[in-house]
Formats: sequence, structure tokens, C-alpha cells
Amino acid sequence: MVKEAVPPSSAQASSTRPLYGGSSPGNLAVKCPKCREMLVGRDWEKNLKVCPRCNFHFRLSAYERINLLADPGSFVETDADIISVDPLKFVSRSQPYARKLDEERANSDLNEATVTGHVTIEEMPLALAIMDFRFIGGSMGSVVGEKIVRAVELAIEKHMPLLIASASGGARMQEGFYSLMQLAKTSAALTKLCEAKLPFISLLTDPTSGGVTASFAMLGDVILAEPGALVCFAGPRVIEGAMHIKLPEGAVTAEFVLQHGMIDAVVHRRDLRSTLIRLLRLYTQSASESQITHAQK
Amino acid sequence: MAYDLEFEKPLADIEKRIINLQRKGDRLRADEHFQLQEAERELRRRTEEIYSKLTAWQTVQVARYKDRPYSADYLRLMCDDFFELHGDRAFGDDRAIIAGPARLEGETVIFVCQQKGRDFKERQFRNLGMSNPEGYRKAVRLMQQAEKFGFPVVCLIDTPAAFPGLEAEERGQARAIAESLYLMTGLRVPIIATVIGEGGSGGGLAISVADCILMLEFSIYSVAPPEAAANILWRDTAFAAQAAEAMKITARELKALGLIDELVPEPLGGAHHNYRAAADNLKVALLKHLAELKKLPVDELLEKRYQKYRNIGVFGYADAPAR
Repeated sequence: MVKEAVPPSSAQASSTRPLYGGSSPGNLAVKCPKCREMLVGRDWEKNLKVCPRCNFHFRLSAYERINLLADPGSFVETDADIISVDPLKFVSRSQPYARKLDEERANSDLNEATVTGHVTIEEMPLALAIMDFRFIGGSMGSVVGEKIVRAVELAIEKHMPLLIASASGGARMQEGFYSLMQLAKTSAALTKLCEAKLPFISLLTDPTSGGVTASFAMLGDVILAEPGALVCFAGPRVIEGAMHIKLPEGAVTAEFVLQHGMIDAVVHRRDLRSTLIRLLRLYTQSASESQITHAQK
Repeated sequence: MAYDLEFEKPLADIEKRIINLQRKGDRLRADEHFQLQEAERELRRRTEEIYSKLTAWQTVQVARYKDRPYSADYLRLMCDDFFELHGDRAFGDDRAIIAGPARLEGETVIFVCQQKGRDFKERQFRNLGMSNPEGYRKAVRLMQQAEKFGFPVVCLIDTPAAFPGLEAEERGQARAIAESLYLMTGLRVPIIATVIGEGGSGGGLAISVADCILMLEFSIYSVAPPEAAANILWRDTAFAAQAAEAMKITARELKALGLIDELVPEPLGGAHHNYRAAADNLKVALLKHLAELKKLPVDELLEKRYQKYRNIGVFGYADAPAR
């Protein structure tokens, strides 16, 4: 529908970067949920988990995405030790939220739905917060909000640009009011980044919806999205329920919001790293130059 | 007066007795006169009893009650002159948000209020109190105006949620909300937000980043409408009452958790039983907080507002997961 705004990458490095540091978990075969093509696991991973036939972008874990984008070995994780607690003693379907959290932590390599830290990309420093949909649907509770804010503060402290990659179903119901307030908290933190005149690149991946879209994700100086990613405030089923309609094919996707002027570009996964490099050069050059001239004075 | 909510059945029965006795007027016998007084006392006592321990779901029903005073009622009862301004200067005018300058006790205040409708036609006109992006952009426009002229901002919150329509998505619902949150964080005038009925999800939060968050006694403030939360967590909207209970959404619970600044008391049996008293209570609270906020230098006000939101959240620490 919409042409990709960024031309194919010239840095071939990006298309051959392994998602796993050499050791593949070894999926023998994977079925593309969109075109139903059977894909050979190794080829699929080499293709950055993108279906070669229909371009369907599978979801990436936070660490896969960091491997995809960062210079090898440059990632320094911060605040990995913050975990959610159960402030409301929330129970749904006779499962306490506290126990659900324990299970989620035990069943994944994650403590929460966001991984933060800093990396270099082509030796340019970058603070980042990468969301992971596997952890309770990437939902934003106190910890996700706090880690996003700390990533902003890290960027300010170290004078780095900021990248946030969103993947979220929205606010986390189990933390009630606390979750809702994270929308305000994260948006508020970005005013400080603005004062520090540091660029914020927001990357929307599948899915970016609800409270995350209605706060930091849509406040980027530059907003990018992966092809086909769901991008919306209200989810498709909510819209269909409220409007009593069937949504047309391709509604509330990355291409749809691009067409409606809500984001800057839809970028294929193989071009993400090179796109980031271009943007970082464009947005930080003037800053570093002015620093140099300032230092010379 | 009317007691027509389900849990008010005992009150409705007493009220019926009172009305029957009152109809007799002058023909009331001495013993009946005594009965009437007794019934009136009982009604008050039972109302106090029931309303002192409303469940979360009962509070939801009161907060959504059709005769509960809406923003326009409070504006009419609290302010001397409210001049409604329309439009976002870009696309349209959102009827679910009414906004403009008003005189509150001799001082100009910019009001930004969510407005529901009462009968079928008005509800349609107000889009059930659910805003489209134009509403939030109108709010942003007026708040910027407030900043320019140094007027304080008062927001009255009463919405189930932001409108979940396809057109709303096309016109940037998420961005409109995010922009409002962002703007309010740094707005260089005092802001007071008051939930008068339903404070629903991002749609309600969008105009409630404030120095001071007040809630009417029987109002609710929730991350998502209980029905939506039930749908997500129980996969069935029939569990809305459980979701309402679990999420701690009532004004009393939120005050007890220290998440809001003040509970504005409502007249006996809820605001809809005495509009005037409800509006007077709200006005007293607004004037008190406005006076306090105006004493602060702007930079201090902004720093306090920032810290208020920076520090919301509860979490613990554990070892980083092994990878």
C-alpha cells in the first residue's frame, strides 16, 4: 500500500547479523501465520525472522532486537533487577497477580516487559528501552513505566539519544491506577529529554497499542514502525465491537498510520540498523559539532 | 428524589411510604404524622448506612447514574459566567468536551470538562461522553491559552473512555492524548483535576495531569472500564463487578492508597440528591486548592508536579535473570 520511506540498506552487515550470538535455539521449521508458508528454521532466523515470501515480520524478543541493532558486545543492561510487586493484591480467575509474575519470570529470560540500557551503534552511543511482548503482553505497569523513565534519565545523564522500541497491549490491568499513571509519568519524563535537547526515536513494533501508544510511543521526534505492525489506541476487536463494523484489511497497521500522518516511516527489519545509523548521524552531528566549537572557545 | 438503583430497593420502599403519607397533606392524622417523621428518619439512617459501605460495583453504578450532576451542572452552579469556546482549529468541535473561561469567585479560570448527555438525543450529541482527538486538541488549545494569560486550569473528568472508533484512530487519538499529557506536565499555571463521575482510562487521564487530583466521594477512576478489564482478564464482560473490585477504582480506595489528594464529600445519597450541595462542596475544595497552589512560585509548582508523577509506582528488587 505504502512504499517504504527508507531505501534498501547499503550496509550489508545488517542483513547477515545473527539474532542470537551464534547459538541458534534451533527451530526446525516455522509456519508463517500470514501466508501459511512452511519456513526452514535456519533460513527464517537468517532472514531476521521475516517471512521471505510475504514479508510478515515475526515478533522479536527484546534481546533479539538489541542483537539486531547494536554493535556486538556493546550492550550494557541497566536496572535489570527491578521487579513488579502486587500493590493491589490483585486476583483474577483465582490466580493472584503475584503468582502470575513469579511464573512469567520463571518461564522467560526476563524480569519485566522492558529491557533497558545503553549500546553503541556504529560507535555512536544510544540509550534504549526495548519492550518484550512475551512478558504479560508487554503490558505497562509500575516497572515498565519506571524503567522507561530511567532510560530517559540515563540518556540525559550520559547525553545520549534515546531509542524506545514498543511492543505492548497497553496498560497492565492488574496494577490498576498505578498502571494508568505510568502514561503520565513516561510522558512527563520526555519533557526533560526535550529540555536536554536530545533526540528521541520511537520504534513501533507489533503490536503497539493502548496506553503505550497514547503516551511515549507517539511522542518521538522521529517515529518509525515495522511493516505490518499493529499500531492503534483501541484494539481492532474493541473498535469492531464499539462501531459494529468489520475493519477493512490493513486498518490500524503501521502502513495505515503512516498514511494518516501519525508516523514518519515504515522500515523493513533488515534496514532498521542502517536507518538508525542515518538518523543518529543526522540528529547528533550538529550537537557534537556545537560541542566541539564550544570546547574550542 | 429517586432511589432506583438496584441496591437502593430498601430505600425506595421507605420513600414510597413517605410519599404516600405526604400526599395526605392536611388530612394527616397525629399518628400518621409521627409515622412520617419516623419514616424520614429511617430513610436518612438507612441511606447513610448503605452509602457508607458501597461496594466497588455499586459505586460504579452511582458514578454512572443518569441523574448525577454533569460538568455543565457544576459550571452553572459554581461559576458566574461560563463562555464556552468551540473547536480544535484543525478538524472539528468535540461535543464530549466543553471548555472555556469562567468566573469562579471573581477570578477567571479556564475550565476543561468532559460532558455526558442525559436523554437519548443528548447522549448521542455528546457521543456518550467519549472524546475524539478533536476534543483533546481543543483541551490543549485552551490550556495553552490559560498559560498565555496566566489563568489557572480546572478540569472536570467524566468519561467512560476515549472514543474507540476507526475515525478516531485515523485522526490520531493516541497522539492527541499523549500530547495533552505532555503539555500538562509543563504548563506554567496551576492545574486542578476533579473526577466528578467516571474517570475512564487514557481518555480521562488525558486531561488530568494536575498539581492536585480531587475526586467526588462516589466517583471512580480506573485504568480501563471494568467491562473492558473483565474482557481482558476473565475473557467475559460478565465479570465486570469482580474487575471493579479487584482494580481498586473507587474514590475512597484511591484516597486510602494515597493516590489522590482529596475526597470531595457528596450530599447524602450521592450528588444527584442535591445538586446545589454537591456544587458547593466542589467549589469550596477548588477555591481552597487554587489559593494554595497560587502561593507557589511557578518553578516550584512545576517541580512538585513533576515529582508527583515521577514517583508514582510500586516495585521491588530481585536478581537479574540468568541468560
